[in-house]
Amino acid sequence: MNAHQSLAIGQPIERFEAISPAADEPEAMVRFAGISKTYPAYRGKPGVSALQNIDFAIPRGSITGVIGRSGAGKSSLVRLINGLEKPTTGRVIVDGRDISALAGRELRLAQRSIGMIFQHFNLLSSRTAADNIALPLEIAGWTTADIKARVTELLALVGIADKHDRYPSELSGGQKQRVGIARALATRPSVLLSDEATSALDPQTTRAILDLLANINRELGVTIVLITHEMSVVRQLARDVVVLDAGHVVESGHVADIFTHPKHPITQSFLAEVIGDSLPVSLASRIVAAPSAGGQAVIRLQVHGAGAGDTLVARLARELGLDVSLLSARIDEIGGQQVGSLVLGIPLGIPDEDAVTRTLAFLSQHQFPAEHLGYVA
Amino acid sequence: MSPELINLIVQATFESLYMVGIAALLGTAVGLPLGVFLATSRKGELFAAPIVNRVLGIVVNATRSTPFIILVVAIIPFTRLVAGTSIGSTAAIVPLTIASAPFIARLVEAAIREVDGGLIETASSFGASPLQIVFKVLIPEALPGLLLALTLAVVSLLGYSAMVGAVGGGGLGDLGIRYGYQRFMPEMMLAVVVVLIALVQLVQSAGDYLARRVNRRLRHR
Repeated sequence: MNAHQSLAIGQPIERFEAISPAADEPEAMVRFAGISKTYPAYRGKPGVSALQNIDFAIPRGSITGVIGRSGAGKSSLVRLINGLEKPTTGRVIVDGRDISALAGRELRLAQRSIGMIFQHFNLLSSRTAADNIALPLEIAGWTTADIKARVTELLALVGIADKHDRYPSELSGGQKQRVGIARALATRPSVLLSDEATSALDPQTTRAILDLLANINRELGVTIVLITHEMSVVRQLARDVVVLDAGHVVESGHVADIFTHPKHPITQSFLAEVIGDSLPVSLASRIVAAPSAGGQAVIRLQVHGAGAGDTLVARLARELGLDVSLLSARIDEIGGQQVGSLVLGIPLGIPDEDAVTRTLAFLSQHQFPAEHLGYVA
Repeated sequence: MSPELINLIVQATFESLYMVGIAALLGTAVGLPLGVFLATSRKGELFAAPIVNRVLGIVVNATRSTPFIILVVAIIPFTRLVAGTSIGSTAAIVPLTIASAPFIARLVEAAIREVDGGLIETASSFGASPLQIVFKVLIPEALPGLLLALTLAVVSLLGYSAMVGAVGGGGLGDLGIRYGYQRFMPEMMLAVVVVLIALVQLVQSAGDYLARRVNRRLRHR
């Protein structure tokens, strides 16, 4: 009896940690159990430990973002899912099968149920759009007639029915990625892996491609795993997120929870990309350490949660009797939750430490993390 | 120039084309798979067999570094074994093939290595077998480069074929040496050179044309 037979669906797996209740068995589409990946030393280069102690599950039918900086181990992680790489230790269970235990023909058959799209599209320059989409079907041994019908259907699905006979060199980046998506979906996979699929596209095209992926997830029920270094991608599309840093999962869970209460510095830095952690230059240059008559104290506070910041300034003004001014504000929505930062100016009629103390106390009481940055004239 | 001499040139041209044509065909039959293997058998590659790759690489280099005229003479016993004789155009095909196969293999290897490694990963990701990757991805994607490589090999073979006159192989080179040089007939030498130049131009143009036609990397309208 080999390792993957002992892991039938429904049996508990040691060290398995669900990232959300929905990820409970057998709902998990992909499950990493005790994974580590080390690349051995080669030609004088020392070995590299790419992943350590990876235990998490990707819920069936979800769109899960895996976010991390370059070298965090994202590419290794995604290549473990489709069996292009083998883990050094642990198991990768995809749709109830231990893909890390498969090899040869068995592995190739399993790979047909896992589609992948790439940053640089990876289309064959010698084939038309239609023939590129046909490639995985030819490999799977479909008949010419079946391939023809399926390709027509797929081209329509991704919205480029008119590009049937175009070569990749005649297509725009967005159109190439649509061909890539159609090709990845050709064999009706249950999982679609996206490896930085929008990183080479402009913001507008990125948005269109992400919308297409959302539609595919909704209409076909395909589980999507998004590997990215861009917070904007996770924010727009993902429901769940896994934050990778230096080969470890540092946080994982629902996007809304993770990014409204980021714990790890890496998560905070990704959040800062969306809401900004720096002050406007014109404001920052005016902040001084000492108060002056007729000036303002500068307080920055973080807001998160549904409707969190909506009435805050008004309540602050009403309850403390202060003419609070808004010096800078950045609020965005992640996973349906508001996150952002406000920079407030508290008027100082006379040098008045009391107004600052009262404001900070009010914010603390209502659980808005805040800091006193200094004063402006 | 007398009709006899013109007849000689025509006959020698056909001999050259015969030798080069068959040798190119056989050289490709050996060199293409060998080149594909060389391009895909290093550590971590599709048909990873690093030691075999090394050994074949050394054999290919050894063959390629042997001057052709020495190769022709050195393998006479082998030529006799294969062709039944060591004299004549047919016998000359043996050394021409042995010289061209490793040359073609190196050119094929270079062309195949030009194919973006991402495409191999892509095909693997949807479950293509190594052979499917070779026939559906590597060779079609490298086709323009392969056609140019083959063109280069044929042009080189035309040059080599001029040397097999030394062992009675016939052909244009033989004609040029025997009539043009040894019998002091400069007009014969000139005629031979002109025919060779025309042949090379023809082969190169045809190769360039075909390579351009199958190249889809550039916008072609």
